Amino acid sequence: MSYNVDEKGYYGQFGGAYIPEMLYPNVEELRQQYLKIMAEPDFKAEFDQLLKDYVGRPSPLYFAKRLSEKYNTKIYLKREDLNHTGAHKINNTIGQILVAKKLGKKRIIAETGAGQHGVATATVCALMGLECIVYMGEIDIARQAPNVARMKMLGATVRAALSGSRTLKDATNEAIRDWINNPVDTHYIIGSAIGPHPYPDMVTRFQSVISEEIKWQLKEKEGRENPDYVVACIGGGSNAAGTFYHFLHEPEVGIIAVEAAGKGVNSGHSAATSKLGKVGIIHGCKTLLMQTPDGQITEPYSISAGLDYPGVGPMHAHLAETGRAEFFSVTDDEAMTAGLELCKLEGIIPAIESSHALAVLNEKKFKPEDVVVICLSGRGDKDLNNYIEYFKI
Amino acid sequence: MNRIEQKLQEDKKILSIYFSAGYPNLNDTVQIIQDLEKNGVDLIEIGLPFSDPLADGPTIQASSTAALHNGMTTQILFDQLKDIRKTVAIPLIIMGYFNPMLQYGVEAFCQKCAEIGIDGLIIPDLPVNVYADEYKATFDKYGLINIFLITPQTSDERIRFIDSVSSGFIYMVSSASVTGSQSGFGSTQENYFKRIADLNLKNPQIVGFGINNVETFNQATQYAKGAIIGSAFITHLKENGSGKIADFVKAIR
Repeated sequence: MSYNVDEKGYYGQFGGAYIPEMLYPNVEELRQQYLKIMAEPDFKAEFDQLLKDYVGRPSPLYFAKRLSEKYNTKIYLKREDLNHTGAHKINNTIGQILVAKKLGKKRIIAETGAGQHGVATATVCALMGLECIVYMGEIDIARQAPNVARMKMLGATVRAALSGSRTLKDATNEAIRDWINNPVDTHYIIGSAIGPHPYPDMVTRFQSVISEEIKWQLKEKEGRENPDYVVACIGGGSNAAGTFYHFLHEPEVGIIAVEAAGKGVNSGHSAATSKLGKVGIIHGCKTLLMQTPDGQITEPYSISAGLDYPGVGPMHAHLAETGRAEFFSVTDDEAMTAGLELCKLEGIIPAIESSHALAVLNEKKFKPEDVVVICLSGRGDKDLNNYIEYFKI
Repeated sequence: MNRIEQKLQEDKKILSIYFSAGYPNLNDTVQIIQDLEKNGVDLIEIGLPFSDPLADGPTIQASSTAALHNGMTTQILFDQLKDIRKTVAIPLIIMGYFNPMLQYGVEAFCQKCAEIGIDGLIIPDLPVNVYADEYKATFDKYGLINIFLITPQTSDERIRFIDSVSSGFIYMVSSASVTGSQSGFGSTQENYFKRIADLNLKNPQIVGFGINNVETFNQATQYAKGAIIGSAFITHLKENGSGKIADFVKAIR
């Protein structure tokens, strides 16, 4: 079975491009061009050079000795938290800004929830001298003030999404509306492995540098390219897509995706899409989606703004449906505890998103000889206020 | 012949009105339809509210959200409309996003529309190729016309393709925008209207997005068969309730 996108833009039954006609010329242009552009030698050279000198790649694959001792297994952390701007998001924005330049676009728009993708987009726009507009839910603007300030310092305009629940889903709607209103000069940098085809595949390919590096790094450290398990947290699913990509067709590698259960999968305050979602259409793709029986998209909840999304990328929906990936749901409490544990045992403050991935260590029993690679997708600086409030520090 | 096609054969400029079902009040739907027909409107688009209407501007978003808060659902809309053909003869189109239809079941949705006497559907986020491959047979089975959009950015080649799989009319989006965001048409729109008219398509075109008064209605229908008013009508409902529909229609006609 293939877990990659097919030529029509689907992963099994998921994916496609369910977009209004107004977006067709832009999405079609991208569909026709993205693989061609990504294969051009000068594109690859510039992308690789920026990842190395600007982002600071390769990111280390770190053997977490004390964490491994505690859980009696071999745990490696893929340190995406050490990237410029503090998370994996920059891998994709570097790639997409280079695509946008090739397409002759002059204006960049993006959506953001916690602000990480917004900061990563504002950063590459500053780097390339392009106009940048970031849509962010009004509620997220209030609770992520430092990232709003960062975007502004980087020269971006932050526009509040005032519709609906005023969070990530609505910021995405507003960005799509902006693209409808500005169809000629604008490129929309989607931050997750979602959206109409070719976005999920394009974002996955840019993030796949994560698993590409894991392979040769693990070969150096363990004498083998394939770990027994790769683990990543999943909201829309961009870090997970990048972490899984080069292992999808390696059957001996177990793939583990960790969703946000919020206050509990069945509490009514959750973002565990693989458990609660049904097949539907959100933001241009067919995927698993949290919705009412009437097909209205519902509000997810997670303490982690980056996982607080009612859908999941179509590739992941396919991995869930086929059973290729094992999905776990981790509550706010379990994630926060796992995050603090990493601080104490390894001296690393993780993003709350990444803490969800770490919490799987309490959910699943690994064998002592297992090699488990966990993607540490971002650093916790942006979450300090959440940690302070939660632990009454 | 479908009521939409019949209406379009009349020698007149078509005035089509869009409103969100369940707005301003949950049970206004039938009365609004009856009043629109009584006052000489030619075609009605009944908006099935959706939580995330991507192609709509603030006015329709707000009416859609209000309708959902009022409790509107797909089933309630069908229940409200079950006897509609006993009182009106006007062509009726349901306009809505694809996800609620998918959850109802596309076949069940079409069957219900046929039972009620709905003539067509407009589904902005159901692309024409997916429709042609997966759903056209079902729509045809129930005698429903599916209306497609074109925009100023749509290539002539694609317009001809859309024309070839369309029946009824082509929904011509006036400018690169979401609904309700234009104020008046300039030479860009006029050139576009003319370009499309010169393509001599088999289906007539009805212009939507940015029609809000008699001037824009006349401009749009200079080249096209008709025009659709949505946001401006919803604003009228918001300000005047559903009791003064005659005033609104008279100002256009």
